[in-house]
Amino acid sequence: MKPPPFSHHAPRDLGEALEVLAGAGPRGKVLAGGQSLIPMLNMRLAAPEHVIDINRLEELDTVEAGPDGVTVGALARHARVARAGVHPLLGQALRLVAHPVIRNRGTVVGSLVHADPAAELPAALAVLGGSVRLARAGAAPRDVAAAEFFTGPMESALRPGELAVSARFPALPPRTGTAFTEVSRRHGDYALAGVCAVVTLDDDLRVASARLACIGVGPVPLVVDLGADWKRAADAVRERAEPDGDVHATAAYRLHLAGVLARRAVEQAVERAIGRAAREAAA
Amino acid sequence: MTAEHEITLVVNGAARRARVPGRRLLSDCLRHDLGLTGTHVGCEHGVCGCCTVLLDGEPVRSCLTLAVTVDGREITTVEGLAGPGGLSPVQRAFAECHALQCGFCTPGFLCTVTALLRERPAPTDEEIREGISGNLCRCTGYQNIVKAVHRAAELLAEES
Ligand SMILES: Cc1cc2nc3c(=O)[nH]c(=O)nc-3n(C[C@H](O)[C@H](O)[C@H](O)COP(=O)(O)OP(=O)(O)OC[C@H]3O[C@@H](n4cnc5c(N)ncnc54)[C@H](O)[C@@H]3O)c2cc1C
Ligand code: FES
Ligand code: FES
Repeated sequence: MKPPPFSHHAPRDLGEALEVLAGAGPRGKVLAGGQSLIPMLNMRLAAPEHVIDINRLEELDTVEAGPDGVTVGALARHARVARAGVHPLLGQALRLVAHPVIRNRGTVVGSLVHADPAAELPAALAVLGGSVRLARAGAAPRDVAAAEFFTGPMESALRPGELAVSARFPALPPRTGTAFTEVSRRHGDYALAGVCAVVTLDDDLRVASARLACIGVGPVPLVVDLGADWKRAADAVRERAEPDGDVHATAAYRLHLAGVLARRAVEQAVERAIGRAAREAAA
Repeated sequence: MTAEHEITLVVNGAARRARVPGRRLLSDCLRHDLGLTGTHVGCEHGVCGCCTVLLDGEPVRSCLTLAVTVDGREITTVEGLAGPGGLSPVQRAFAECHALQCGFCTPGFLCTVTALLRERPAPTDEEIREGISGNLCRCTGYQNIVKAVHRAAELLAEES
């Protein structure tokens, strides 16, 4: 299996990359970590005329943590972002993304743009209400909220000629816990179904809000707002999820899994929120 | 349009030049252009781990890396693991513990484990299993591979 022929471009800075991308338009594809694009090229599922390789754009190899959240640049690879330890949910999600060796190359932003319906990072971005910053030559960059960014299976709001330069994962409010649970056929595979949860407690340590995002049960991450009614997690997810069946699992099994995982994720997030609230009170 | 590129890779310590089209996978560049057939190719979509090599010391899939992308960088393949004194501790441990049978997966395991032990000189069973989770072996059943990783850690500790 070999990729089909293409012209390879290795721009040295962001300006040059955007120029090349603008010139290539719909005939161009960005190459970041290559951990999804190169399999697709090898299997001839993609045949771009131009490949714009951003691996020399060191200016995009950034992880910036501030009080509002974490901004991850387009060349920050999974392993590096995980090691930075800057966001609990991001860390929990990254542990479930593929294998350590794949994480040495794959990028967080690449995974968001790739928008696989079973990928973990899109769900993390969606449940947190994060956004992706898109740049194009000769125009101001635009920020697209997660709710608008994921438009279908392997489809995002990225337009031809645009480069996703960074993604922003908002910080967690106080008294908040998170969790990511999933079931996959083999460790490191894309999940059959998965659920991440963010739970915030009030001053009396009662659940004030619980939010879930589910993967593998629809074309895009399914966000479910439970409000304070966290005990309904399993039912709420089963009412809204519309999974497809395939060779790995039937739709009914995925629906069952999503409910079980939702309950586990929310329970674990509640526990962690209590722990965090205690630590915050002590501090 | 699809021009060829002149690239230089530092492979196992020696600068090697090659003329490759943009689509040349690093795995094919190593095997076909540079004649280093120790790096094996199984699935060519990142699943089996046979093609794992070290890029500036970090394990990566050579079948999911374009040769042009890593122009100027350092690559270590299985051929570069042994030192002047013979097989490396990881290689000796694999031989000693019967951690290979047909050997097809072995180059990938050796590179992965070499890097794993640099990061974690005394890994737990769980860390080993996580570390090698991206490498498939159809022969050994993994038990002896896990044993070999522990043994390699001992050998490395003795020698340091
Ligand atoms: C064996 C295996 C198992 C895997 N398991 C999982 C898993 O369990 N969960 C999971 O989430 N992922 C998994 N992955 C995919 C992995 O996480 C990829 O790293 C990720 O999906 C894509 O990131 P990348 O940087 O490699 O992108 P690339 O492969 O370089 O690109 C992917 C797509 O995004 C586009 N793109 C990338 N970056 C940009 C950008 N900055 N601007 C515009 N377009 C861009 C490309 O044009 C391409 O269409 C797995 C991969 C393999 C090989
Ligand atoms: S050949 Fe590269 S992972 Fe299988
Ligand atoms: S020894 Fe045969 S595949 Fe591992």
